Amino acid sequence: MTSHAATVGVPARQHEPELEGVYTVKLGMWVFLLSEVMFFTALIGTYVILRFANPDHFAEPGEVLSIELTAINTFVLICSSVTMVKAFAALQQGDQKGLKLWLLATIALGSGFVGVQAYEYYHLWHDGFVPVAEIYTAEGGPLYGSTFYLMTGFHGAHVTIGVFALAFVLFKAMRGSYTPQKLGGVEVVGLYWHFVDLVWIVLFTIVYLI
Amino acid sequence: MSTEEHTHPPYMKIFGLLAAMMGLKVLVGLSSLPKPIAVALLITISFSSAILVAMYYMHLRFETKKLWLLAFIPFPLIAILILTVIQEW
Repeated sequence: MTSHAATVGVPARQHEPELEGVYTVKLGMWVFLLSEVMFFTALIGTYVILRFANPDHFAEPGEVLSIELTAINTFVLICSSVTMVKAFAALQQGDQKGLKLWLLATIALGSGFVGVQAYEYYHLWHDGFVPVAEIYTAEGGPLYGSTFYLMTGFHGAHVTIGVFALAFVLFKAMRGSYTPQKLGGVEVVGLYWHFVDLVWIVLFTIVYLI
Repeated sequence: MSTEEHTHPPYMKIFGLLAAMMGLKVLVGLSSLPKPIAVALLITISFSSAILVAMYYMHLRFETKKLWLLAFIPFPLIAILILTVIQEW
């Protein structure tokens, strides 16, 4: 019996093709997320190597980047993971109103995260912390700026795409497209969203605290 | 079908744990602990948080063993990547 059928006690999806007990849409999302693990590992690995090979190009935690603001932003993203999992749980129980409300909350929190990051970028840019060597004037060196914007920029792009995907899922939910027997769309977008949160938990530590 | 199958994971407890671990990370990051100790603590807490999200929010804990196997494929690949590029230091 598949995990989602087990948790709500309803018959397993009758017509969804499965591979080794996992329905194919979910399996596809997991495979995609595993490729994303490699992608972010490459970015973070690059940063670590450059950081330790060129310590003069980087600054100590808190000298350039705001730990406090980003800690609050990290908390916002963790909250959005909770609202996402509550949305899925609501759908499993057939609570359509709960599904929509929790999805809306997730979108709001995700948008807030992106907004705060944009605000952070604006102020960092004005402080001379830029990804361009010729105009870099902050502590450390231009390697710091370029690696920071590369990693956080790619993550921010992932969050933005996730917000759009969630908005699409909310739109479909408002049309009644999801039921406890047909919850694949919500589940796979949820997987993506939790992954984005997971990556940020690691990124926040490595970029802002170490 | 057992009762356990009708209950959801403790999402709010996990949220509390994640929030506490995040707060602890910030305290460690801002503290004046020796760098190696601070780094070891931060990485441990960070990966513990990531595992909690994967296990309970992504429901990996309740998935099939074959999906577990799939989920762990990147780790040997990451090890190969690290071993290959570490020579660049």
